[in-house]
Amino acid sequence: MDLPTVWFVLIAVLWTGFFVLEGFDFGVGALHAVVGRTDAERRSALSAIGPWWDGNEVWLVVPVAGTFAAFPPWYGAWLSGQYLVFWGGLAALIVRGVALEFGRHADGAAARRVWTVLLSVASLLAPAFLGLALGDLVAGLPLDGAGDLVGGAGAAFTPYGLLVAATLTMLCLAHGATFLTLRTTGTVEGRASTLRRRLLLPATTLVVLLAVVTVVAHRPGAVATVAVLVPVAAAVVATLWSGGASAGRTFAASAVAIGGTVAAIFVGLFPNVLVSTDPATTLTVAGTAASPYALQVMSITTAVLLPIVLAYQAWGFWVFRARVSGSSPDGPSTKASAAADSAGRPSPDPR
Amino acid sequence: MDQLDLARIQFATTSIYHFLFVPVTMGLAVCVAVLHTHWYRTGRAEPARVTRFFGGLLLLSVAVGAASGLVQEFQFGLNWSRYSVFVGDVFGAPLAMEGLAAFFLEATFLGLWWFGWSVLPRRVHLFTAWMIPLGAMLSAVFIMAANSWMQHPVGYEINPVTGRAQLTSVVDLFANRIFVWGYLHVVLVALSFGGTVLLAVGAWHLRRAARARRAGTPDPALDEQARLLRGSTKGGLWLMLVATVLQFQVGGQLGINETTFQPMKIAAAEANWDTCSPCSFSVLQIGGFDSGETPVKIIEVPHLLSLLATGSWDGQVQGLAQLDEQYNQQYGPGDYVPNVVIQYFSMRVMAYGAGGLAMLGLWGAFLLWRRRFDDSRLFLWVSSWVVIAPFAMATAGWLLTESGRQPWLVQGLLLTKDGLSGSGGAGQIVVSLLIVGVLYATIGITAAVLMIRHARRGVGPLPPDDQSPGDRPTTRAAGAAATY
Repeated sequence: MDLPTVWFVLIAVLWTGFFVLEGFDFGVGALHAVVGRTDAERRSALSAIGPWWDGNEVWLVVPVAGTFAAFPPWYGAWLSGQYLVFWGGLAALIVRGVALEFGRHADGAAARRVWTVLLSVASLLAPAFLGLALGDLVAGLPLDGAGDLVGGAGAAFTPYGLLVAATLTMLCLAHGATFLTLRTTGTVEGRASTLRRRLLLPATTLVVLLAVVTVVAHRPGAVATVAVLVPVAAAVVATLWSGGASAGRTFAASAVAIGGTVAAIFVGLFPNVLVSTDPATTLTVAGTAASPYALQVMSITTAVLLPIVLAYQAWGFWVFRARVSGSSPDGPSTKASAAADSAGRPSPDPR
Repeated sequence: MDQLDLARIQFATTSIYHFLFVPVTMGLAVCVAVLHTHWYRTGRAEPARVTRFFGGLLLLSVAVGAASGLVQEFQFGLNWSRYSVFVGDVFGAPLAMEGLAAFFLEATFLGLWWFGWSVLPRRVHLFTAWMIPLGAMLSAVFIMAANSWMQHPVGYEINPVTGRAQLTSVVDLFANRIFVWGYLHVVLVALSFGGTVLLAVGAWHLRRAARARRAGTPDPALDEQARLLRGSTKGGLWLMLVATVLQFQVGGQLGINETTFQPMKIAAAEANWDTCSPCSFSVLQIGGFDSGETPVKIIEVPHLLSLLATGSWDGQVQGLAQLDEQYNQQYGPGDYVPNVVIQYFSMRVMAYGAGGLAMLGLWGAFLLWRRRFDDSRLFLWVSSWVVIAPFAMATAGWLLTESGRQPWLVQGLLLTKDGLSGSGGAGQIVVSLLIVGVLYATIGITAAVLMIRHARRGVGPLPPDDQSPGDRPTTRAAGAAATY
């Protein structure tokens, strides 16, 4: 494997990781008001992703910056061509992020309702816009010789891209519900487990539909066809298991379903990076790769840093592996405090 | 308004906005880690409460910084695709490294630190606290290296086939003199920013307690806040003072670097139209921002510009007119003079602001020495309001740096107008400007309100199930503690 191919694979892996990890964050964000009726329940649903979502979001920043560095013409053509699509995704991610943080500080029911609505809507829109951008990589766009999109901003909203967007958004919802059954307790867990069953079925239907459309419309090779079948199998298994199998196993299957959907896009894309309606103007791995020296420098850096990143992120998941209790953080503590508090503790303020 | 104007407005607003929160985050992260270390050493509950209080402020700042940072990562490709294609080989590499080396570290450990409050063993918890400023400081390394390359391109060659810039030496990228001094500058900005926040927050509480005492109605709750925050207020004062004094030294070197690599930038900052030697510095001038106008200069300091720009008493500073003529011959016909008004006033906002912070720092040090720190009405009032100054200075700093590079996108290599995107046009930038405008304004105001509210409420109690120092974490209870 030459270095441009290595970087293509790395970018594909990072996008896949992004949807596996942020996928459940989006799902939980969108569903937190559905699985939680009371304020305490909603808080415990969000506590399930609390320690991690910020770190998970970096899984998007790195492949985008990596595309900029390893395939500059791909980065330029993709982002400028999908202009409003990416802006939609950015706006959704921004609102999602600040809603998670600001919502913790909300005073009063009205303010909390505003943040709840914003978080739910933004968590739905983020995977939709990013899914559209990913689907457009293979859908075939009207590009000119410079890699610029012709035919106006509407050309970015391809039917195939929209199908990928719908599939990934639905998978995020199912993935989020599945994740909640893994990290919550009590009523929240109960509602999540009901939702999981109800959401996995339409998600699986969309995965199957996407697979059929991909095979019929794009005629992928043998490898790409197998890649398309992986998420189909995983989604079916997850649906079957969602009746009662262990939460961990169902979550693993749902992770393979959502990750496999993203991975299949990149497997089908290779050796191209941005497909044009005119084969002559399609951008390819070889045609857009950065210089060998730049790729070497980045490969060495990544070889050193990525294992470290994976290690401490994995440790972060391990630290918070316990289920979140349903009690509100401001409520009375269940654990008898043995803190050697010399000053004596003031009564909790009404925050 | 054409595509170029709109794209430039968008880049300026998004970058300046992002950098309102970045130095706060960097500076506060260091301060919080220091406070956490103090808590770790004493093992008492009070430093723990102060640490958590400033941690809450840090989280708010990070939320906005990270959200606006996403836009930074995408907008080169969105609005400047020609630029992206041309420089990606050189400019993209540090950005990719930034994500891997810095953003992952900062974001992952921020979650671990905040949610690990009563979950992690004490020593591990302290370690997570220090990883946050490490990540923040690292991220500035890479982005400053990338930006410095735009100011002074090094370690590259132009590929004759593709016409794209290609990296030839990554070492040169980080040995760039513009980068080394620019990075020092940003670190000191962040530290003085962090110090100013600690000082301002504490001063507000000290002032309230003092006012109640003076009125003859001492309030135990206010006195407790004052007692809790006194140490961090003093520490903030010293940090602000030391960082600002060091900044003058770095700032001097930055001026000399500009004279060497971007003479237009410094000539415009002094509205200096004709080559001079020695050159004076005007404290303020009216008019003279267009060639041919004669300015009214209010207080001229002889030799000061020569000192700032060249480090010598009689050093020669090239004039805008002569430089423009030289560039017209070198690069072809065009207007190579940046916006002089922006340069002139940005420079002064930054320099006078730093002077003001240093004076305030000395004033505070004097009061500490005289034991009048806690009761000085005027000093505490000024200190609580001074938090606005660093925001204005950070804005001015980036305006000076980026507007002073114009009309170049990459100095001497690529003009700004040649870096735009080919897809789309002005119409969709208007749409994205509206999105950004509404979002950023709302978020900025909300963040400011929440930060001020958090700061005014003062130090709260510890989270409900905090543990005694050295407790082993119990995983079953861990979930209960790690609440959102």
